[in-house]
Amino acid sequence: MTLLPHPIVTVVLTILWMVLTGFTLGQLVLGLLAGILGGFAYRRITPRRIVVKRPGAMARLFVRVAGDIVRSNYDVARLILSEGRHHRRKAGFVRIPLDMTNPSGLAVLAVIVTATPGTAWIEYEPRNGQLLLHVFDLIEGDDWVHTIKSRYESLLMEIFE
Amino acid sequence: MSHLEQLPPVVALLIAGFVALGTILTLLGTIGLVRLPSFYERLHAPTLGTSWGAAGILIGSMLMFSTLGSRLVIHEVFLGLLIMLTTPVTMMVLGRAALHRDRAEGRTPPGTEGPEQPLK
Amino acid sequence: MSATILSAVLTVSQICLVAALVLAVMRALRGPRAQDRVLGLDTMYVCAMLLLVVTGMQHGTIYQFEGALVMGVLGFVATTAMAKFLMRGEVIE
Repeated sequence: MTLLPHPIVTVVLTILWMVLTGFTLGQLVLGLLAGILGGFAYRRITPRRIVVKRPGAMARLFVRVAGDIVRSNYDVARLILSEGRHHRRKAGFVRIPLDMTNPSGLAVLAVIVTATPGTAWIEYEPRNGQLLLHVFDLIEGDDWVHTIKSRYESLLMEIFE
Repeated sequence: MSHLEQLPPVVALLIAGFVALGTILTLLGTIGLVRLPSFYERLHAPTLGTSWGAAGILIGSMLMFSTLGSRLVIHEVFLGLLIMLTTPVTMMVLGRAALHRDRAEGRTPPGTEGPEQPLK
Repeated sequence: MSATILSAVLTVSQICLVAALVLAVMRALRGPRAQDRVLGLDTMYVCAMLLLVVTGMQHGTIYQFEGALVMGVLGFVATTAMAKFLMRGEVIE
């Protein structure tokens, strides 16, 4: 029974409280109270503490994802503008077998895949580790399995497992 | 428009660029939302607005208010974090709901056949 | 000069965001299925939030931030509850 079961949640909640109210000592005390209560509430939802093994890999992943989001934004915007005029775009589902079983890693992967325009996470089957993706433009080669596994999954496994 | 004139010209043009980029991407996303033919394709369109569309406008706002010095920039960081974290959850739940409804009606989209199990 | 350009860009941006909002509402009204309507509503919330931020930039006030934050949270809760309802037929089990 520690006072800070989830220090990151506590710190973020305290800062948010002070941003919304004001940077004074009284608000800091109130914000800390809210943050500690929030940490306890969060522990009731997730019993396991999330452990990040390699912060350096996390930074690398962040840079890579930011670049990919810029590129896919451009691609999807171009495809929406040229809809029905030039080439035929073919959207479809792709099944990807994942090796990662860590819940935090899977959650981060879901956020990455969905935040990137052009790919959407539809369904994950925990019994056989199969992920169902919907891809906006399937034309550019069928190596989506390789892309997801080598670009994101390997780094995420390094971070969380 | 006194507060706009206090900005240095370079910063003002930079802000204008970021806001224009964000707005154009958001508008393109909603155009896609109206024009695309199937639901699963339409699911991709709003993420344009929530990734770089929102980021462009928030970066512009951040630049403007931190140059004017009226407050800290941390407000937009929280708004950006909120968008980054909530949009994927919404889209995932919507995608799963759509697939579940399609399966329940016996109109399974091609490529999603597999073990028929109830979703958790 | 640059202030004029920025002011014009902000005004045009507001018009474009209102247009985006109208397009999202169109999708929500047209459907054809329930999940399309929910997706349209979610996009509408995001557009309204960005519109608030741009309006705050034009007026130079900081009070839009709380409004935008509340709108973001409300949009998230509403959309997730509706999607859950579509999947299960009830929101709280």
